[in-house]
Amino acid sequence: MKTLSNLFKNNIREYGMLIALVAIMIFFYFVTDGILMRPVNITNLVLQNSYVIIMALGMLLIIVSGWIDLSVGSIAAFVGAIAGVMMVKWGWNWALAMVVCLLVGGLIGAWHGYWVAYVKIPAFIVTLAGMLIFRGLTLVMVRGEAIGPFPVQFSRISAGFIPDFFKMQGFHLTTILIGIIVSILLIWSDLRTRQNQMKYGFEVTPFYFFVAKQVLITAAVMGFCYLMASYKGIPNVLVIMFPLVAAYAFLTNQTVIGRRIYALGGNEKAARLSGVNTPRLLFLTFVNMGVLAALAGMIVAARLNSATPNAGEGFELDVIAACFIGGASASGGIGTVIGAVVGAFFIGVMNNGMSLLGVGIDWQQAIKGFVLLLAVFFDVYNKNKSS
Amino acid sequence: MSDTILEMRNITKTFPGVKALDNVSFSVKRGEIHALVGENGAGKSTLMKVLSGVYPYGTYDGEIYFEGKECRFHDISQSEAVGLVIIHQELALIPYLSITENLFLGNERAKNGIIDWNESVSRTKELLEKVGLYESPNTLITNMGVGKQQLVEIAKALAKEVKLLILDEPTASLNEKDSEKLLQLLLQFKSHGIASILISHKLSEVSKVADSITILRDGATIETLDAHKDVITEDRIIRGMVGRDMTHRFPPRESNIGEVIFEVKNWNAYHPIHEHRKVSDNVNIKVRKGEVVGIAGLMGAGRTELAMSIFGRAYGSRISGQAFKNGKEIDLSSIDKAIANGVAYATEDRKAYGLILIEQIKDNITLANLEEISEAGIVNEPKELTVTREYRDKLNIKCSSILQLAVNLSGGNQQKVVLSKWLFANPDILILDEPTRGIDVGAKYEIYTIINRLASEGKGIIMISSELPEILGICDRIYVMRDGKIVGEMTAKEASQELVMKYIMTQEAIEQ
Repeated sequence: MKTLSNLFKNNIREYGMLIALVAIMIFFYFVTDGILMRPVNITNLVLQNSYVIIMALGMLLIIVSGWIDLSVGSIAAFVGAIAGVMMVKWGWNWALAMVVCLLVGGLIGAWHGYWVAYVKIPAFIVTLAGMLIFRGLTLVMVRGEAIGPFPVQFSRISAGFIPDFFKMQGFHLTTILIGIIVSILLIWSDLRTRQNQMKYGFEVTPFYFFVAKQVLITAAVMGFCYLMASYKGIPNVLVIMFPLVAAYAFLTNQTVIGRRIYALGGNEKAARLSGVNTPRLLFLTFVNMGVLAALAGMIVAARLNSATPNAGEGFELDVIAACFIGGASASGGIGTVIGAVVGAFFIGVMNNGMSLLGVGIDWQQAIKGFVLLLAVFFDVYNKNKSS
Repeated sequence: MSDTILEMRNITKTFPGVKALDNVSFSVKRGEIHALVGENGAGKSTLMKVLSGVYPYGTYDGEIYFEGKECRFHDISQSEAVGLVIIHQELALIPYLSITENLFLGNERAKNGIIDWNESVSRTKELLEKVGLYESPNTLITNMGVGKQQLVEIAKALAKEVKLLILDEPTASLNEKDSEKLLQLLLQFKSHGIASILISHKLSEVSKVADSITILRDGATIETLDAHKDVITEDRIIRGMVGRDMTHRFPPRESNIGEVIFEVKNWNAYHPIHEHRKVSDNVNIKVRKGEVVGIAGLMGAGRTELAMSIFGRAYGSRISGQAFKNGKEIDLSSIDKAIANGVAYATEDRKAYGLILIEQIKDNITLANLEEISEAGIVNEPKELTVTREYRDKLNIKCSSILQLAVNLSGGNQQKVVLSKWLFANPDILILDEPTRGIDVGAKYEIYTIINRLASEGKGIIMISSELPEILGICDRIYVMRDGKIVGEMTAKEASQELVMKYIMTQEAIEQ
């Protein structure tokens, strides 16, 4: 029989960041007198961080491949500007314009991917160049002014909420219903994994630990839904973001392409000699990054309801930090989607909490820097101890 | 003063699972040229690394006496301080620095941290004159040929007041003229009282310049020959190198050889960077069903390069030639095509090229054939676990679980994981590059058993190995490679260590 402390030790690597996230939320909950957990603030937290999380999904794949992309903030700004020009200046249909924007993002990703994967120029250099190029082109396109406002259907992506089928006054019952469905799905999938593991004779955590974990997850999901239901319900952005997170978690864990990306980052030569078309795979991770950065760019533009020259500035740093805080390794081959999402929320909660406390942007930056270093140190320390 | 400058007594050095040096004693007289010969893996380089402090005192057993004093080197700088300088096979010069900068690297002519360039350059000129190299001290290393670089290395050793110079295969990459010049230089040093240890596979050079010859085999000293007393011929040296005992190191096998399954015709490949250098020169080889074909040769003979250029052009440029499977020409232009056509290549360097060390055993085993365990691009994990466990049991991989990381396995078990990966890809032709390098005797036996089983299943096996006993013990037929060419072919019955060694070593091969 395992003792609780043993269990804790064995799972600290896996749940360490999650525990840290909960701890920091509790901390800010108390120092902000509960403002952090108010329904409107929680909703804001989701809206403010959706684009970081979406980009972190693509960045994680690139970091796992062993590279980095510094250009995502500039891509987001550039695509936002294109969206502005197409929808506002040219009056294009918003849906058509969005499709074109995603294509443009994919093309920019392909441009970077070509130089990195086929010409073998280090991604740091290629995407540093991309960062300058697309920031510059954004300025060229918007000519120093903001383009807006966008068609209302478009801005609803970031400003809107899902409709409520029950029309209850002051409470969004549909949100609760969705929360229940998601909770059941999560429990079901966890249970299935556990049964599979037992069937194949793997050591699993004790049943009481499993139940406790499910109770905590369900409580978190339902608590989150309850808070949002008390405001305006689930924001539209979450409807885009949540399935994406689930899809990328699935991609990295369960698919052939996911396996190959980890192999590529773990040992490129061995992966190549095992028949993995490593240049093409690397190329595709950059295309994927471009598309996700374009999506994020549109969400940002919709949220501001205008395309501005300095949109997305510094995003690349938050996105990269999210991946590293979430346990990704800078030398490639290691990192999880869920880790990156937790990392993004960690940064989001810090930004939000410090703003609520009235900490200036200057100190916010410095503190974030220390936290990034501390989080990675914690990870390295744990790794050294376990080996 | 005694006659002996260096004495190594009862040196034993063990790596995890392998005894690299077993009670080796070795001594060098003042002012002599002492050759150290032996097969690949006999322990020559290990012995020199013990001597120079690359393996620090305490990681080996035994004693080292230099000029009568016991030495306990903890790193190279300590051995260099007493006048013992080693020049490695891979030159340790920095390509984008000048001759002067390289000569005094780590040993700068400086006052208070500021380099005195005038003194450095004039010292460089003196040293270059001593080694007979007439180049400007400001020439960058990258602009010089390998022969001249070798001379710079020697000048660097002289700059350190060398008393005993150790050269590890100094002429391996030199042409005949440069080799000759280098040997003359050694003789000249000898007349100035500088002793040298010469590690070489070129027996003609050894018999020409050496005063004494020590032969190592399987990590033990076999004998030391005195060139001034004994009559030394190349055959005499070879006999010492290969030995005679062939114990029960190989599992018995019934050969059941069928039709030709794989054939490579007129295969040519060039070095990827030095584009004029041909690494495979008009190679023709074939392997039959159920046959184990060995490729013998020295390191650098082009065996790995040949295998990798065949395996989906994983190495080399301007590759030309044809490959046939069961008489039909097949396309091997990329690695995935090669795998799809039933060709597999298990690398000689499992850590760098064979395994994803930070991943689990199961992920490594399925990597080359993920399609087999997936549907519509989604991995079927239960199926993956089932097949990887099968391979764990079949190949007897010792691990706590198939979820263990590859990095935590011993060499022999890592090799079994690499083999499992390729067996799971279900090839018809399996190229094994040094499949038993760096693993212990027991694991070697297991690997041989696996090879035998594959052959009996009707696969065609090509085995590259630098260990002659292994080649002779396992293979049905043997090719010998030198300088990118196949220089000999023989059946197991015809083959003997002496014959193979003769093809490997002799400059003028007997063409068949």
